[in-house]
Amino acid sequence: MQGTEQATEFDPLAAPSKAGQTNTPHATETLTETDRLMTVCNSCRYCEGLCAVFPAMEMRRAFSDGDLNYLANLCHSCGACYDDCQFSPPHPFDVNVPRVMAEARAESYRHYAWPSAFSGLFARNGLAVSVIAALSVFVFIAGFVGWHDPAVLFGVHTGPGAFYALMPHNTMVVIFGAVFLYAILALIMGVRAFWRDITDPADSAADAGSVWQAVKDAGHLRYLDGGGAGCTNGEETATDTRRMYHHFTFYGFLLCFAATSVATLYHYLLGREAPYPWYDLPVLLGIAGGVGLLIGPAGLLAAKWRRDPVIQDEARFGMEVAFLAMLFLTSLTGLALLVLRDTGAMGLLLALHLGVVFSLFFTMPYGKFVHGIYRFVALVRYAKESRAAGH
Amino acid sequence: MADLTKLYDVLVIGGGNAALCAAISARREGAEVLVLERAEKFYRGGNTRHTRNMRCAHDAATDTLTGPYPEDELFEDLLRVTEGETDEELARHMIHDSKEMLTWIQEQGVRFQPPLGGTLGLGRTNSFFLGGGRAMLNALYDTAETLGVDICYESEVTALDIRDGHFDSATVRQADGEKTVRAKAVVAASGGFESNIDWLKEYWGEAAENFLIRGTANNQGTVLRMLLDAGVQPIGDPTQCHAVAIDARAPKYDGGIITRLDCVVFGIVVNKNAERFYDEGEDIWPKRYAIWGRLVAQQPDQIAYIVFDHSVLTSFMPSLFPPIQDDTIAGLARKLRIPADTLEKTVSDFNAGVVDGTFDHTILDDCHTEGVEPAKTHWARRLETPPYYAYPVRPGITFTYLGTRVNKEARIIMADGTPASNMFAAGEVMSGNVLGKGYAAGIGMTIGSVFGRIAGREAAHNARN
Repeated sequence: MQGTEQATEFDPLAAPSKAGQTNTPHATETLTETDRLMTVCNSCRYCEGLCAVFPAMEMRRAFSDGDLNYLANLCHSCGACYDDCQFSPPHPFDVNVPRVMAEARAESYRHYAWPSAFSGLFARNGLAVSVIAALSVFVFIAGFVGWHDPAVLFGVHTGPGAFYALMPHNTMVVIFGAVFLYAILALIMGVRAFWRDITDPADSAADAGSVWQAVKDAGHLRYLDGGGAGCTNGEETATDTRRMYHHFTFYGFLLCFAATSVATLYHYLLGREAPYPWYDLPVLLGIAGGVGLLIGPAGLLAAKWRRDPVIQDEARFGMEVAFLAMLFLTSLTGLALLVLRDTGAMGLLLALHLGVVFSLFFTMPYGKFVHGIYRFVALVRYAKESRAAGH
Repeated sequence: MADLTKLYDVLVIGGGNAALCAAISARREGAEVLVLERAEKFYRGGNTRHTRNMRCAHDAATDTLTGPYPEDELFEDLLRVTEGETDEELARHMIHDSKEMLTWIQEQGVRFQPPLGGTLGLGRTNSFFLGGGRAMLNALYDTAETLGVDICYESEVTALDIRDGHFDSATVRQADGEKTVRAKAVVAASGGFESNIDWLKEYWGEAAENFLIRGTANNQGTVLRMLLDAGVQPIGDPTQCHAVAIDARAPKYDGGIITRLDCVVFGIVVNKNAERFYDEGEDIWPKRYAIWGRLVAQQPDQIAYIVFDHSVLTSFMPSLFPPIQDDTIAGLARKLRIPADTLEKTVSDFNAGVVDGTFDHTILDDCHTEGVEPAKTHWARRLETPPYYAYPVRPGITFTYLGTRVNKEARIIMADGTPASNMFAAGEVMSGNVLGKGYAAGIGMTIGSVFGRIAGREAAHNARN
């Protein structure tokens, strides 16, 4: 209350605000709403068995921006707390944790993006990723054509080193090594800012035990199951399949990464050049991962479509679709290249595949990919603080 | 799909824990079952929406319970909280059946969670629903629907055709008009009348206008009233209700758990005249949690203010609104619109009477007052660290005790002592048989589940014969 005039008008028995509203200032409206919900939830605590968010919330009494960004990234969006909540809409307390957490998460990706000049890529992420992917594919095709005679692009090349007829191996290494290192650097810078924001500066070292706990929690998607009852779609029963499809996607991605790593070792250690026969390890890993990356993203997209929009951050749908589409296309173009590598289509497919992979790497720090990184970091933080609290 | 023109075996009136346990149990006995829930789908389940746990006897620790809780101990606890106002035979029967309930309710899809931070030290005696009462309801509704129980929402029963203790049909009001529903047996699981302000006024007068109701507005007690008017034997003190002191700024209905304030023991409580009126340190929280609703109800305008200072601001659970605050006691009084000079005197008298001790809110400590009326017998500490804070509080009504008399089959007993031929009751509408007074956390859900299951089974048998 400022001034006596307002003080005399103060009604001590009138609801001062929406339930849970605090006086803590926050950087954005979304964070203010997240604070309100966490204050309501901290007064109730019925959901504490569902996931890590609520026990982490209970360790706090008031919430800074960093705390809220931490809790938002700890949320796996399983949806159970919405259906279990006696105060979710249409209740006037209007408690919609999955949706508001999704909005806060999306804001946090933008907030921690490095360099901050690129954070705008999150605003219309679907469009941005599409344009970057199209440009990237175009540049690869144009590069192949400009470098060689167009006939080379459509020619038939077979046997070890066939790909390098189109693009010298060292060029490929320089281009992809550079974009990969850039993505890693940008992600590290984002994580650094995030970690500083969510931890106590006096006690910010991540110990091995907490990291290992987070690896297990992330690997199982421990918190994407509504505390054991399964994820919900906003219809009070657990019918959601995102956990399974996420496993296809994540482990598919890892297998593809393993395929590339093995191939790199083949090249430098054994002097064996790609393409490899279908029964060789890089190809087998790539096929298995590629299949996962077709099934997983397709299933996730379908599951997202079925999900009740009320618990989703619809404004970020473009970002989600863009990332799933990029993973799907990476796999599709890779598998097509494998099947058609002995035909005249190989050149074009190689350009397509490399273009997609290049843009996937480039947009990694500026798209949905970062969700896994920040969530993992949040899980490390949670493992650390729950151990400290003796849980 | 519900077909209101057909003759159902069992009609269940209500949509909470007791109703769904009755419906599921009757359906599992092969009966055709119809559930009529007055609320819209979101608000289904009455007070069950706001519950969190149930108190069942068990002989050994489980995944979710830290130790045994023998039948006799549960009965002793019940005797203590009710001060003997319980039907021992029914109570012991319920407690015995409660042991099976822990597995039965999980077979109906309900999940329990292990004891965690917010489970109030009840980890040995009480089983906590994963996700709380609404999660429990979601599981029960899902199971009932899968089994083929017909469920209608927004279906208020407005009349019962009962002759000589025999139920024939019910009149139900739906969006498209009134209909008559016939069934071979009926289970009343329709709750108490705590949301019916006019009914509360019969006992409390105009004071009831200032009561806040912790559950939905649907607990009107209309079915209870109709049963009593049809010659059913009442049980439980009609004038009594379970009332706690809750934030006066909470909505009239359905504010639920987040309106409760755990801070009485950390400060003083004054009425609108800025005077203290009861020992704030009488006994351990939450043991004396329930007396403050009644105490506030007896104060002028049914309003009181918990006043405390900055030193204890974070010593208790947060709640839906921040406290009102000011740098001085007089300033706080002006914001509260209570006499500033009186509040200053009340606080300074209290402070002067405080005898220092070793503060420990988990035991009856030795911090008390001397020469102050009323005394604060434990946890008394001076209010001297600004800013000062206050929560305005009103009586928050949780449930009522008046109900229908039943026997061990959950069969309704008529006024002349004869059992009704085809009428059963479960849950809050008959909880007065077992819980005539007081409350023990989770006991309402035990009554609902155990008698719901019995009522459904017996109603199905009744319909078959």
